[in-house]
Amino acid sequence: MNDLQNTSGNADAQLNKLTIIVDSKKDLPGGLLPILHDIQHEYGFIPKVALGIIATKLNQTEAEIHGVISFYHHFRLTEPGANIVEICRGEACQAMGSKQLENHAKTSLNIDFGQTTTNKNVTLEPVYCLGNCACAPSVKVGDNVHGRMNDKKFDKLMNKLTTFELSLSDNKLQENK
Amino acid sequence: MDVKVFIPRDTTALAMGADDVVKALKFQSKQNINIIRNGSRGLFYLEPLLELATSNGRVAFGPVEVDDVESLIAHGLLEHNIDKLQNHPLYLGLTKDIPYLAKQDRLTFARAGIIDPINLDDYLSLDGFKGLEKALNLNNQQIVDEVKASGLRGRGGAAFPTGIKWQTVLDAPASQKYIVCNADEGDSGTFADRLIMEADPFVLIEGMIIAGLAVNATQGYIYLRSEYPQAKIILEQAIKIAYDKNYLGKHICTSNNHFDLEVRIGAGAYICGEETSLLESLEGKRGLVRSKPPLPAIEGFLGQPTIVNNVISLTSVPIIFTKGAQYYENYGMGRSRGTLPVQLAGNIKQGGLVELGFGASLDTLINEFGGGTYSGQPMKAIQVGGPLGAYLPKTQWHTQLDYEAFKDIDAVLGHGGVVVFDDTADMAQQARFAMEFCAVESCGKCTPCRIGSVRGVEVIDKIINHDNQKMNLELLNDLCDTMELGSLCAMGGMTPFPVRSVIEHFGSDLVKPSLAKGEK
Repeated sequence: MNDLQNTSGNADAQLNKLTIIVDSKKDLPGGLLPILHDIQHEYGFIPKVALGIIATKLNQTEAEIHGVISFYHHFRLTEPGANIVEICRGEACQAMGSKQLENHAKTSLNIDFGQTTTNKNVTLEPVYCLGNCACAPSVKVGDNVHGRMNDKKFDKLMNKLTTFELSLSDNKLQENK
Repeated sequence: MDVKVFIPRDTTALAMGADDVVKALKFQSKQNINIIRNGSRGLFYLEPLLELATSNGRVAFGPVEVDDVESLIAHGLLEHNIDKLQNHPLYLGLTKDIPYLAKQDRLTFARAGIIDPINLDDYLSLDGFKGLEKALNLNNQQIVDEVKASGLRGRGGAAFPTGIKWQTVLDAPASQKYIVCNADEGDSGTFADRLIMEADPFVLIEGMIIAGLAVNATQGYIYLRSEYPQAKIILEQAIKIAYDKNYLGKHICTSNNHFDLEVRIGAGAYICGEETSLLESLEGKRGLVRSKPPLPAIEGFLGQPTIVNNVISLTSVPIIFTKGAQYYENYGMGRSRGTLPVQLAGNIKQGGLVELGFGASLDTLINEFGGGTYSGQPMKAIQVGGPLGAYLPKTQWHTQLDYEAFKDIDAVLGHGGVVVFDDTADMAQQARFAMEFCAVESCGKCTPCRIGSVRGVEVIDKIINHDNQKMNLELLNDLCDTMELGSLCAMGGMTPFPVRSVIEHFGSDLVKPSLAKGEK
C-alpha cells in the first residue's frame, strides 16, 4: 500500500518533495533524525514510501531506517488525528492528579493512548514530562502546553478543538461570537 | 512616559495563559504600549507575571489572568499610577524584592526574566559575553584550569568534575573535536534547562563557545528534547543573531577562533539524556547506550573527543570567567561548589526555580520557598533527582543539598528536581511506576534493565495484590540487586533507588499491615 497515493493523487509530486527533503539534509553528520523530523513536520507522520528514499540516499537498509523510527516515541508511521493531545505521566503531574485526568481523557474521548478518535480529530498520547512541573498537571496540544489541567478544563480544551474546526468550515464570522 | 510592560514567553507562562493576557492588554489599551516578551523569573506560581517598568524599578503583578487586565488598566497601569496600583489585589511590589527571588543566589540565572531573551543588547548590558572576552585572552590550559578551580561539577546529575572532563578532551589528540550540550532534560520535576534556554539563550551559546576555545573544538551541538518546542524557537533565534554579530562562525569576535553551533532535536526518548545514548542519537542512530570505556571525552561524537555537558554546567561557565573561579567556588559546601538551581514541583504551593549555594536543607526549600503543598494536605514524600531518585520520608528532609550528603542516605540530587507528594499519594503505585517507566524508556541493550523492569512491574503488582507478599518482596529486592549491579547505565542501575526507598520508608503502603497478618 502506498500511503502517499492515499493522501493525495499526485504521488510523483510528493516523491519529489520527499527527495528534496532528504537531499537537503543527507550530508549533515548524523542527518537521519533531522530528515525524519522534516518529513514528519511536512506530513504529520513518516509515509512508508519515504523509508526507501531515505535508505537509498543514506546508503542504509530500509530495516535500519525503520529501526531508528521505531526506537523513538515521537516518530509515527501512521497518520495521526488533526490534533495530537499529549498527557503528561511524569511524577510531578502524578502528584497533582494526572492519573485521574488520564482516565477522564480516555473515557471522554473513548480512546486509549496511541489511538485516534473515530472522527480523526484527536490522537491521544502519553508524554513523560513537558517541563511545566511547577504548574502540573500538564497537557500538550500540538506545540502548546496547558498547565494546571483538570477534567473540566480538559473538556473545554477538547471542545475548543472541535469548535474551531466547525467555525472555520462553517462560517468565519462564528469565530467572533 | 512610555508604558513598558513585561510578560514572559516562557513555556510555563504560556501554559498559564500569557499570550491571552498580551492579547487582552493590546486590545484594551487605547494607547501605544510596549510589551516586552521576557523570559520567566522562575517564580512559576506567579505566572503569568506581569511587570511594569517604573522609575524605581520593575513592579510585579501575578498571577495575571485575562480577566484581570481590565482591573489593572482601571487601577492606572497605563498611567504608572503606582499609588492606585498598590491597591490592586495582584500587586507584588518591586519584583527584585519578592522574598522568593530576593533570598536566592542568582548566579547562573542572573539574567533570567530580566532580559528579552533574544535582545543581544540586553544581554551585553548585563555582563553578557564578558566571560568569552576573558577566555579569548587565555590559552587552552588556562581556560581549563579556571573551570577546575571553580569546582564546577556536572549539573546533569552525575556530578563529575567539569574541568577534568575538559582536560581529558584537551589532552586527547584529534583533528576534530566536538562540544555537545545535553539539553534532553527528561527528568520529571525538572525545568531548569528549559527555563534558562528560554530566558537567556545567549549564556548557553557563550558557555559553549568557551568550551570550544578550551579544547579547540570548532563544532557544537545542542541536543534538545522534542518536548521543548518553545526552547527550540528561542535558541534558534539567538543562534542566528550570534552568527550575524560574529559571536559564532569563522572569526569569533574578530579573532581567529572558529565555532559553529547547531540545534538538534531529540525524538521522545528519555534514555537519550544518557550521554552515550545521546551521541548515538546525534549520529542518527537508535539511542542505544554504549559501553564505557571508551569515554566520550576520548571517543565521542563520530568517534572524536567530545565534551558532553548539561545545559546548567555550560551556562555556569560564563560567570566563572566574568567574576572569577574563586567567586563561584565561594558558594557551596564540602565538595559541592557553586550554586544549584533547585526546581520545586509537583504538589507544592509555590513551585518554581530556586538557585542557591549548595548546603541549604530540603526543609528550607519546601517550606520557606515552597510554602507547603498546593492541596493544603500534609506532605508525605519528596522525590529528589527525577524518576531515578529516591522518595524521601519526613525524617530525611533535613538533609542538606550536597551531592555527598544525598549519597549518604542512598539518594541522589541529580539535576535538582524536587517533586512533592501529599498524603493522598499511594507510594506502592509510585514504586510500580518507577519500574513501568524503566520498561517504557529502556533502550533495550542490556537484559537487567529491559527485562528486569517488566518483571519489576509484575512483582510489585503481586505484592500489591497480596500474592505471596513475603516471597515476592524478597524477589523484588533480588531483582533490584540485579538491575543495580548488572545494568550498563543509570537507567536500569538507578531504577531500584525509588523502588527501594518505598520498600524502606513507605513499606506500609506496599504491604498493608492489616491485610498482611494472614501472610506467612
